[in-house]
Amino acid sequence: MAQHNSHFAFTRLRAQFIKEVLSILRDPRSRMVVLVPPLLQLLVFAFAATLEVRNVDIAVHNQDSGRWSYELITRLDRADFITQVYRVNDGQEMRDLIDQGKVIAALDIQPDFSRTIAAGDNGRVQMLIDGRRSNSGQITASYLSAIATEVGAEANAGSAPAAAVAVRNWFNPNLTYRWFIVPGLSGILAFFSALLITSLSIARERELGTFDQLLVSPTSTPEIIISKSLPALVIGTTLGLLMMAAAAGPFQIPFNGSFGLLFVSLVLFILSVVGIGLMISAISATQQQAILGAFAIGVPSVLMSGFATPVENMPTLLQWLAQAIPLTHFLIIVEGSFLKAMSPGDIIASLWPLALIALVSLTTATIFVRGRLQ
Amino acid sequence: MASGSATSDPPNHPNNDVAVVINGVSKHFGSVQALQGLNAQIRFGRLTGLVGPDGAGKTTLMRILTGLLAPNSGHATVAGFDVVDDNDAIHAATGYMPQRFGLYEDLSVMENMRLYAQLRGMDADRNAELFAELLDFTRLAPFTGRLAGKLSGGMKQKLGLACALMARPAVLLLDEPSVGVDPVSRQDLWRMVQALTDEGMAVVWSTAYLDEAERCDSVLLLNEGQLAYDGPPGELTGRLTGRSFRLEQVGDQRRAVLAEALDLDSVGDGVIQGAGVRMVLRPHAGTEQISALADRVDAQLRAAPARFEDAFIDLLGGGPGGTSALAEGLPPVQLESDIAVSCRDLTKRFGDFTATDNVSFEVRKGEIFGLLGPNGAGKSTTFKMLCGLLKPTSGEAHVVGLDLRRATGAVKGQLGYMAQKFSLYGLLSVRQNLEFSAGVYGLEGSVRRARIEEMVEIFGLQPWLSAAPDSLPLGYKQRLALACAVMHRPPVLFLDEPTSGVDPITRREFWTHINGLARKGVTVMVTTHFMDEAEYCDRVAMLYRARLIALDTPDALKRGAASDARPDPTMEDAFIHLVEAEDLADEARSKAAA
Repeated sequence: MAQHNSHFAFTRLRAQFIKEVLSILRDPRSRMVVLVPPLLQLLVFAFAATLEVRNVDIAVHNQDSGRWSYELITRLDRADFITQVYRVNDGQEMRDLIDQGKVIAALDIQPDFSRTIAAGDNGRVQMLIDGRRSNSGQITASYLSAIATEVGAEANAGSAPAAAVAVRNWFNPNLTYRWFIVPGLSGILAFFSALLITSLSIARERELGTFDQLLVSPTSTPEIIISKSLPALVIGTTLGLLMMAAAAGPFQIPFNGSFGLLFVSLVLFILSVVGIGLMISAISATQQQAILGAFAIGVPSVLMSGFATPVENMPTLLQWLAQAIPLTHFLIIVEGSFLKAMSPGDIIASLWPLALIALVSLTTATIFVRGRLQ
Repeated sequence: MASGSATSDPPNHPNNDVAVVINGVSKHFGSVQALQGLNAQIRFGRLTGLVGPDGAGKTTLMRILTGLLAPNSGHATVAGFDVVDDNDAIHAATGYMPQRFGLYEDLSVMENMRLYAQLRGMDADRNAELFAELLDFTRLAPFTGRLAGKLSGGMKQKLGLACALMARPAVLLLDEPSVGVDPVSRQDLWRMVQALTDEGMAVVWSTAYLDEAERCDSVLLLNEGQLAYDGPPGELTGRLTGRSFRLEQVGDQRRAVLAEALDLDSVGDGVIQGAGVRMVLRPHAGTEQISALADRVDAQLRAAPARFEDAFIDLLGGGPGGTSALAEGLPPVQLESDIAVSCRDLTKRFGDFTATDNVSFEVRKGEIFGLLGPNGAGKSTTFKMLCGLLKPTSGEAHVVGLDLRRATGAVKGQLGYMAQKFSLYGLLSVRQNLEFSAGVYGLEGSVRRARIEEMVEIFGLQPWLSAAPDSLPLGYKQRLALACAVMHRPPVLFLDEPTSGVDPITRREFWTHINGLARKGVTVMVTTHFMDEAEYCDRVAMLYRARLIALDTPDALKRGAASDARPDPTMEDAFIHLVEAEDLADEARSKAAA
């Protein structure tokens, strides 16, 4: 019999690695998880998920017949984000349109609007917003205010100009939402793929009963963890790279950072996710439990990662918790690498937490697998 | 059942006493032919056994008879109703107890019964009398408040039976009712079924245990979707009159003698029975060869009564030969110590529940050691602690002198393990499974290639190499699992329920290999719930309620159960005897404590 006293034996590791790769490629469920949803989601999210407000309808109740209300409405008609401006004749009609959700906002222009402006005073317009759609409503409100300000500026052109604020958006001059969302998405989708592949891996064997077989064999726990990590690491990294290529290519998002550093970050990021996935898998008895576990961890991770809402806005406790989420750190790196040339120092500041999380999660997964023997 | 019991009014069936007519029924699932042109009749007032190994088509036939599946061709009628055309009437006329008790585990016994009554459109409150009768009949009355999930396997089956009897069916179909049920509860089930058939009900009892067939009035023997035999079991075993013999007291040479006997052309089948060897002659064969064998080994040859299993194997053309190619190629095992496996005061508790309670024993090198007991008795837990899969709460377990939980790879390489239900990688091909096992046990290069080739040849896996294990017939699956477990030539082999569900011929072949390995000095630890399989073991540890209640040779255990009424008890009799003695002792203890 071959001598294999050590904790690592290449023969055993290779046998397990081949088994893992074949299992992932041959399992229709794993194959689906690996390939279809990430690419589909990239397309769906990139085109559909946007916080910009477009194609909205608004209502105008114009009681004024003067020049400035005409000026305001013409601008509304021409505004890109508005599809249709409903002109209504009374307050009740305006209320109904909002009630029925046909318009997101309504402007009520008082009869003395133009007169007041002509008199050199500030014209007043009442803006009604559908608070049920608070986010879009707020954004619409800010767009409408901007239009009103423009009208005001023109009206006051003769007199002393108000202090003008000139806005320049750095890194993303037109605040193109896709520039922000696509690099982050590549992180999120690679995150879910790696998480699902690994969380299924041990649970699948436990369901089949082969895990016991593995545990009584000479193979050591670190070997099991390594052989289960590598395929997921390769697949997760490849997916991440593919999506970044899609971002830089078809989506034409400027890439300004260092590819080398981004690649290292991606590998460390996936490795930390693999550790979390294996932790979930080690404590799940069935694949169903594993998938539920992956989503129970995955969804809050995305919500708290700063992808949708800034981490700084969360309560302090949650901010700390967010630091334990690999996605939080990777998002900083990937967004920084795309839109601004993030300095190596800044990247490393987010890189070492990733390394730490990977170390902790993989170690914990090893302990969990051993712990199942108790 | 006593008069005035649950099902006292005779089922409303036609004058004709035929309950079920099966006429040319075929059913296939994809390319798998589950039933092929079956013709049979089942009569009222009789217990009909639907007997066959797993995959023979028993469940498919049951589901067709209950109207849950439509046959691809042919017809079947139950109590005069066509299973396809009168589907609704079928549900009213039949009571069906599926394999996995159709019970709601989170409802109590009473709630389950009420639910079933309501599902049958009965007013549960008006049927208090019926409930009382059913509870009395099944002896579940003291447990009405207990959750179904907390019942023992036997009690679950009885509750399932009570629910199936709710609507007073004319035909009762029980799908493998004895699986997972301890021998004592099994006796109870037989008693209840007997009472029902006495009242005129037609009861169909499906089973993979061939010894159960002998207790049925009539048997439908299925093999690979075809009807192998239809009639009273005695008629089939009668064909073997004068052909079964037993070599008494062969002792230590019994494995060699069996191997030799099976290689004789006059012997069609043979098994080990304790210290003896039981043989069945081929049709028209004389006793000269076996008499000569008996003289040579200096043992007494006696005629033995034929068993149903003998008849089944005879029907299939006899069992396999006695030489194990697997063991032939194996060098004799050398171990430093004479004790291969040992445990002392082994205890495992899960919370309040004690799964294994102070179990101690030692297993010698080259011994076949059986762990026997009903489901839930602690077999698996004890087994898992021995091979290092579970940590004992207290006590210790050693294999080749070492605690496997702390053992290095080299020590783990000394044991082979075959898990329950043949745990194979379903997503890998047969060849890839073999390669994986070779690799994980550190076999390399030419050794690895040679061993894989050897396994393929011995187990006849060549045609299946690129197939998925799940598509293999059960027998081949078992062979592959055994191949994966022994490829690295372990001196100690752990087998967890290795033959459950496989046909008797494959079981014979399996035991031929195991006997061969044991003769080379391989120590074999085996768990089984087949009582007759325990006969192959040198010694048997009987577990009941987490405790070791007996540990001895099969012959000694059987002798202990012998009485005037039962001069030649079976292993099952021995087990029931021990369990009853244990229960009495328990009662005495609790009385003394109170």
